[in-house]
Amino acid sequence: MNQTSRAPGAADGKTEIRKTTCYMCACRCGINVHMAEGKVHYIEGNRDHPINKGVLCAKGSAGIMQHYSPARLKKPLLRTGERGSGEFKEIEWDEALELATQWLGEVRSSDPRKLAFFTGRDQSQSMTGWWAQQYGTPNYAAHGGFCSVNMAAAGIYTMGGAFWEFGAPDWEKTELFMIFGVAEDHDSNPIKMGLGKLKERGVKVIGVNPVRTGYNAIADEWLGITPGTDGLLILALVHELMRTGKIDLDYLIRYTNAPWLVIDDAEGAGHGLFARDDEGVPLVADRQTGKPVSSATPGIKPALKGRFELPDGRHAIPVFELLAQKYLDPQYAPAAVAERTGIAADTITRIAGEIAAAAFEREVVIERPWTDMKGERHERMIGRPVAFHAMRGISAHSNGFQTCRALHMLQILVGSIDCPGGFRFKPPYPRPVAGQPRPHGGACADTALAGPHLGYPRGPEDLLLEADGETAQRIDKAFSWDAPLSAHGMMHMVISNAHARDPYGIDVLFMYMANMAWNSSMNSSSVMKMLTDKDADGEYVIPKIIYSDAYSSEMVAFADLILPDTTYLERHDCISLLDRPISEPEALCDSIRWPVVEPDRDVRGFQSVLLDLGARLKLPGMVAEDGSPVYKNYADYIVNHQRKPGIGPLSGWRGEDGDKTGRGKPNPDQIKRYIENGGFSQVHVPQEAHYFKHANRAWSDWAIEKGLQDGPVENIFQLYLEPLRKFQLAAEGKIKPMPPEHHRERIRTCFDPLPTWYPPFADDGLDENAYPLHAITQRPAAMYHSWGSQNAWLRQIHGENALYVPGEVCDAQGLETGDWALVSSQSGEIRVKIARMDAVNGSTLWTWNAIGKRAGAWALDKDAPEATRGFLLNHLIDELLPPKGDGRRWANSDPITGQAAWFDLRVSIRRDADQSSGQSLPDVRAQKSPVGEAPTNVAFGRGKAI
Amino acid sequence: MTSLPATTEKRLGLVIDLDTCVGCHACAVNCKEWNTGAGASPLADIDAYGSDVSGAWLNRIHTFEVTPDDAPAQIVHFPKSCLHCDDAPCVTVCPTGASHKRPEDGIVLVTEDLCIGCGLCAWACPYGAREMDPVENVMKKCTLCVDRIYSETLPEEDRIPACVRTCPSSARHFGDFNDPESDVSRLVAERGGIDLMPEMETHPVNKYLPPRPKTRPQAAAPSAAAPASVPKADGFLGWLDAALDKLG
Repeated sequence: MNQTSRAPGAADGKTEIRKTTCYMCACRCGINVHMAEGKVHYIEGNRDHPINKGVLCAKGSAGIMQHYSPARLKKPLLRTGERGSGEFKEIEWDEALELATQWLGEVRSSDPRKLAFFTGRDQSQSMTGWWAQQYGTPNYAAHGGFCSVNMAAAGIYTMGGAFWEFGAPDWEKTELFMIFGVAEDHDSNPIKMGLGKLKERGVKVIGVNPVRTGYNAIADEWLGITPGTDGLLILALVHELMRTGKIDLDYLIRYTNAPWLVIDDAEGAGHGLFARDDEGVPLVADRQTGKPVSSATPGIKPALKGRFELPDGRHAIPVFELLAQKYLDPQYAPAAVAERTGIAADTITRIAGEIAAAAFEREVVIERPWTDMKGERHERMIGRPVAFHAMRGISAHSNGFQTCRALHMLQILVGSIDCPGGFRFKPPYPRPVAGQPRPHGGACADTALAGPHLGYPRGPEDLLLEADGETAQRIDKAFSWDAPLSAHGMMHMVISNAHARDPYGIDVLFMYMANMAWNSSMNSSSVMKMLTDKDADGEYVIPKIIYSDAYSSEMVAFADLILPDTTYLERHDCISLLDRPISEPEALCDSIRWPVVEPDRDVRGFQSVLLDLGARLKLPGMVAEDGSPVYKNYADYIVNHQRKPGIGPLSGWRGEDGDKTGRGKPNPDQIKRYIENGGFSQVHVPQEAHYFKHANRAWSDWAIEKGLQDGPVENIFQLYLEPLRKFQLAAEGKIKPMPPEHHRERIRTCFDPLPTWYPPFADDGLDENAYPLHAITQRPAAMYHSWGSQNAWLRQIHGENALYVPGEVCDAQGLETGDWALVSSQSGEIRVKIARMDAVNGSTLWTWNAIGKRAGAWALDKDAPEATRGFLLNHLIDELLPPKGDGRRWANSDPITGQAAWFDLRVSIRRDADQSSGQSLPDVRAQKSPVGEAPTNVAFGRGKAI
Repeated sequence: MTSLPATTEKRLGLVIDLDTCVGCHACAVNCKEWNTGAGASPLADIDAYGSDVSGAWLNRIHTFEVTPDDAPAQIVHFPKSCLHCDDAPCVTVCPTGASHKRPEDGIVLVTEDLCIGCGLCAWACPYGAREMDPVENVMKKCTLCVDRIYSETLPEEDRIPACVRTCPSSARHFGDFNDPESDVSRLVAERGGIDLMPEMETHPVNKYLPPRPKTRPQAAAPSAAAPASVPKADGFLGWLDAALDKLG
């Protein structure tokens, strides 16, 4: 095995360029793939592409090594050894598909709930979700529940969009930029490009993060916050802005529910809900007369404070007064939060002042008339140039939903949503709850689900519960009392619930691109055990596992049937507006991948395989009347599938002549047109609709014309979130359905309709002396989850990870860089190598995410540093919190959305007495590699063929 | 011994902005990807999937922690490649003439056919900017993408080093330091660009822009908008009346 594998070289500049879309992370940049002698030779950024405009990150450039990875699966596999051993035999596709069809067919005709279909880092969720809906299982979601659903859901509920795919800072015009919990990606290139622009203009960047790496390293000011307290910091900023009167009242009256009247009727079932007229329109109080009138009354000047009598004799108070009372309370004063957050009170006051100064003293004015949804014409666009961005650091906590809401409230109070210099929505957003589906459940043999699985409940009436009003319909317990607003499902609970047969056991676990046996699960060790546990009959508790991946990931070894996927350069894909779009604030965009090179192995794109399975299962929409498949493959689906008449996966070049955008008949040449255009479509938003999209008539008209929405959608920013109040009323026993008794206190406390802060659940009852420290991960810029470890170049950058320990903790524990240390949590202990660091919050340990690997996976040598010295923090995290007084164990998740609370972890650290072994722990025994061994040396380059 | 030109017509090189570099390694990887196909031989990696992987890279990112007394600790990312020195010791020690500096543009190159892999140049370079290819056993180094910048087949806008083209945060700039009007010359003048280790008297062409001063919380002035404008005795809701009156 001492050979050197070689790739083709350039034919002296005579390369052919094929333009497609990167998949080295979730950023989805445009790439130019240079081909020489029919092989992939060089990848660079596509200068015309709306996302990356020519630049490309380390991962993207290393895509070539992912494409040539020795960990690529080669052929369908059937398990021959015990689960987890990695022992398989290769089988033909016909056999694999027949077996899968048999397993899936039996479940569908008996009890479709017994299929759990979850799709990890899927970029085709509108298609995989549609497949699951046609199949009829209620158990479908992608990975959002353990990634960042708090961010997405809080944004949608509050204003119709969040960060990243939903919107972006106005890099060209902002005067102050503040990031919360943003690691080196999320999203990758656009943020780096934006920071470059801000640096060029000398705009101040403030980074709030326990760890000062990456973007935070170049921030002009760094706030090394204590994990889980961002919400407190934000509410203290709100306190200061309100105390000093630095809020945009005109904006609040025009675009938010600040003036809406909230019923003040302590004993009634309507207490805390909006007062509404007979048509259901919320009421406001006329500032002059004090009379309640419809909030839709033209020219109304509503009161923002006071207590007003309603026609039915009850009283009501404007949202704004409730808000002022709450946040002006001394508990949110900077001095009151300083110790807990680790941020000095003076600093909080100063930064509130800097936000106010940028917003109100450096206002940005664009002389461009526009008309709002009420018909009022505005002569100019006035902006409050303060922009924020946030990501998993604030969302992956059990108080994450409320923290994300708090941040959006801060943006709204200073009037900086979708204005010049602020945060800008990207098409198809904004899309508030009114424009979103409700969740759909239920299950009937051989019957499709009535609607999409995932959605946004408006109240307890939309939960997916059995007739008893308590038992979850879904295996992950999404949309149950455990996590009512779990808009992305809860992938991290599927295996543990299926293993516990709670709410029921399943027959088939079907997963795609989800490394659940390793870095994509909390407590990887116990998940591996659940996947291999057998019942009294000697059968696996989770009887059948089908898994699709392109590479020999850890999860492969735990599946029974492997459907090998292609690499991203060998496949068709669409980055669809029906899914996770790639638009920019001023352009509607979507894109494709296409096979720039054909696979040289017996592998098939997963989406094509799924359509094939759908046809074999005779799923509605996937077979014609004569029983023949409707779609030949995924490319055929991308072009011809219509979600609604005229609306399909791709928006560009629709219509028979390809001259329509958004709405239009399928165009058989559509993919060809995308390829000719560099792999993407970009249609510019009319200038009049560039800002204030939440209230802009020109935007609404354009969005309807392009098929982004069916009609006008009212989007009033929800500072006060009534659906949460409905859950509280249910928990107070005032409306039905009511939660079981043991859920009630938590719902009463956490479901505050105004953004709030409560300590992370992991701290509840914790012995602070036993676990005084926090532990978190950051994702490096040059690695994406597990995927990078098989990459000969990226693993030279991040081949092993140290646990970074604050200097003061090192001094207290006698630790030095290079020492082995034992790190304990309430659920486990790991042994890791440490490195001293000072640019970190003093009570926070951290490491790079997902560097540690199981020996034998990813075609790495068994003694690769990823397996010997690399490690995962996951082994210290449990899906469930320790038992409470009543013996119940609560999910280690946000109680509102079910988002996995990865960053709530509390630990202790001590120097290991044994410094000699050189092996991190736990040492999961090696698996057999189903793809054989990798070559020793590689040298891709000129004149060297593979 | 190989001699250096007394002067060069152009002095091509890079400006690297340490205030903007987020340490993402984009430049290093794209450099490797381009140059593995550009030179006479690939940039090899040995034990690529094993316990002791290493490879030839022409650009590497180093990370340093700085702990000022009066400000929070700070991370500085430091990309480093050949600095194409005016007085390049790697050239003068080369026994075969393989290592040379071009009179027309100042680029320091290695002619692989002449390189005997003796490693003297790597010893002489105070920056550690030379890389022995572990398979070919010849010395590799940054060429400023000499095949790109003079290419007649690449689009004109792409005739820049791969690292500059790919850098997401625009922390890298390429140009002629002999031209006082070039972007690189102006950046160095405006931002106080510095030589790396000037005491070595290598007179590097590449320049680094130092990180701008960060906010020092203790010393930061209270912002103008802050507590001065606290509403008076009638409190926030009193302020509200006045503010609403102003709106009309």
